[in-house]
Amino acid sequence: MKRLILTAVLTVVLAGCSTTPTPESGAPVEERTAPSGAPGAATSGTTGGNVDGTATRPGQMNPLRDPNSPLSKRSVYFDFDSYAVRDEYKPLIEAHGRYLQSARPGRMIIQGNTDERGSREYNIALGQRRADAVKKMMMLSGASESQIETVSFGKEKPRNAGHDESAWTENRRDDFVYQGE
Amino acid sequence: MIFLSRFWLFALCLVAFVARAQLTIDIIGGGATTIPIAIVPFAGEQAYPPSVTSVVGADLARSGLFRLIDSTGIAPRPSRPEEVRFGDWTARGADAVVVGTMAPQPDGRIEVRFTLLDAAKQVQLAGFTYAVAPAQLRATAHRIADVIYEKLTGDVGVFSTRIAYIAKQGPRYELLVAEADGFNPQSVVKSNEPLLSPVWSPDGTRIAYVSLENKKPVVYVQSLATGGRQQVANFRGSNSAPAWSPDSGRLAVTLSKDGSSQLYLINADGGNVQRLTSSGGIDTEANFAPDGRSILFTSDRGGSPQIYRLTLTTGAIERMTYDGSYNVSPRHLPDGKGFVFVRRDGGRFNVALQDFATRQVQVLTQGSLDESPSVAPNGKLIIYASEVGGRGILAAVSSDGRVKQRLTAAASDVREPAWGPLPR
Repeated sequence: MKRLILTAVLTVVLAGCSTTPTPESGAPVEERTAPSGAPGAATSGTTGGNVDGTATRPGQMNPLRDPNSPLSKRSVYFDFDSYAVRDEYKPLIEAHGRYLQSARPGRMIIQGNTDERGSREYNIALGQRRADAVKKMMMLSGASESQIETVSFGKEKPRNAGHDESAWTENRRDDFVYQGE
Repeated sequence: MIFLSRFWLFALCLVAFVARAQLTIDIIGGGATTIPIAIVPFAGEQAYPPSVTSVVGADLARSGLFRLIDSTGIAPRPSRPEEVRFGDWTARGADAVVVGTMAPQPDGRIEVRFTLLDAAKQVQLAGFTYAVAPAQLRATAHRIADVIYEKLTGDVGVFSTRIAYIAKQGPRYELLVAEADGFNPQSVVKSNEPLLSPVWSPDGTRIAYVSLENKKPVVYVQSLATGGRQQVANFRGSNSAPAWSPDSGRLAVTLSKDGSSQLYLINADGGNVQRLTSSGGIDTEANFAPDGRSILFTSDRGGSPQIYRLTLTTGAIERMTYDGSYNVSPRHLPDGKGFVFVRRDGGRFNVALQDFATRQVQVLTQGSLDESPSVAPNGKLIIYASEVGGRGILAAVSSDGRVKQRLTAAASDVREPAWGPLPR
């Protein structure tokens, strides 16, 4: 009986350990909250600030938050092993490029991602190329170089944790994150 | 009813977390021939569990090159070379016998004495005496295994080395350093964002790694002794793929700050940035040759990811891989005669070995998602990351492809192994 209780207690303890914080024995790492890559939730009303700090004109929704505007879409997807921008995404990218031009000095980060296959470091570089490809296109549509920073997560932060084609397709992706969101 | 105070609850949790990230190593393929060796429990070792000879035996068995011969039933049990009756051991099929003693000294240290004998030739091959603190007994066992390994195979032993790796448990990442047998993992850094690409400085004092804690890849160098760390590359864009120069003074890194991922050299403290490549595409995964005169790296300058060599004195760049459309992650062998890398073939990713002189390629692994190879400092074993049942594991293969090991951690995905240097 005693053994049963001990086993039960240990099981509960060890199960609980999965959420118990442990002390930092190595270098502590600061947690920083960062803007998420997900499209911003649509907000109603006229008080949403724009990325350049200006206020929205009364009666007009912030275009970044308008679900009817292409600007509310923040992701473009890529083919396997490729950083070529597909034609279907060009209007979206051009819309964001024009918006950045109108919203100077507002800024954006483009985060490049890959699927899980292959070298981690090569995928950091491939994700970087995907982000840079879109940046170039936005600059052609009016954004200035200093408004866009490109970074890569490689395969480290998949949106879809699956191991099949549909997961891989979803993960080969750039996300646009506007400063201040 | 058992009452667990808060302290004990916490202590149990700590043990449980660390235990989950500890590596268990299994042999799943042995060498072409194995040396039969009897390791006789040392006189006096029961006073200091876990026994030294059990660690020695596990080290040698795990190498895939030795077969342990049981010593029970031989009485009296020899502990000194003159007590060994060679006929007893050759009758059991042993080619070699190890005997020894352990005894406490007045100063609190323990004297460990061992002798390795050739049972067939009936001669002593090696013998050493150590005086060590009790806390060093495990390290002493690894040293004894190294001596035995070196005497009987002719190669340097790596049982006294350490392995760094990354463990992921849910949203938590941890860079750990464990003994080469997977025991005693020590935490180097913990994060709620991904960590990758750990690499040991050749002098064994520091580890460089890439962290995404700033929401972008940044290269850090951390001292193992103090735990202190420094950002050495945090330029605009992505900073990744650190590689140490043989003198531990500089790092090659991949920076995207000038418009595409290119190779740069920086001092180990981050200063003196010097650009190495200008391809306009992807250049990454630098790895220094042991003589420091050249760097292997991955580049897509030819249209697909392939491995190239940059000679530092002349700036000349030569393509190394021609087979297949995806060859990445080069790592030199310590003798400078070849390199391991990852190739993709028919959708599978495997670790392969290419000889510089002959350009011949030997595929060493059979998984489907093998990556991140790292070579042991004796050049005889390659540790790498793999996946089994959707779970990240580590694996090791000997440079001739025969010995295979699997290294797993309970309840964690493990990846990104880096084999540490020989202790100085």
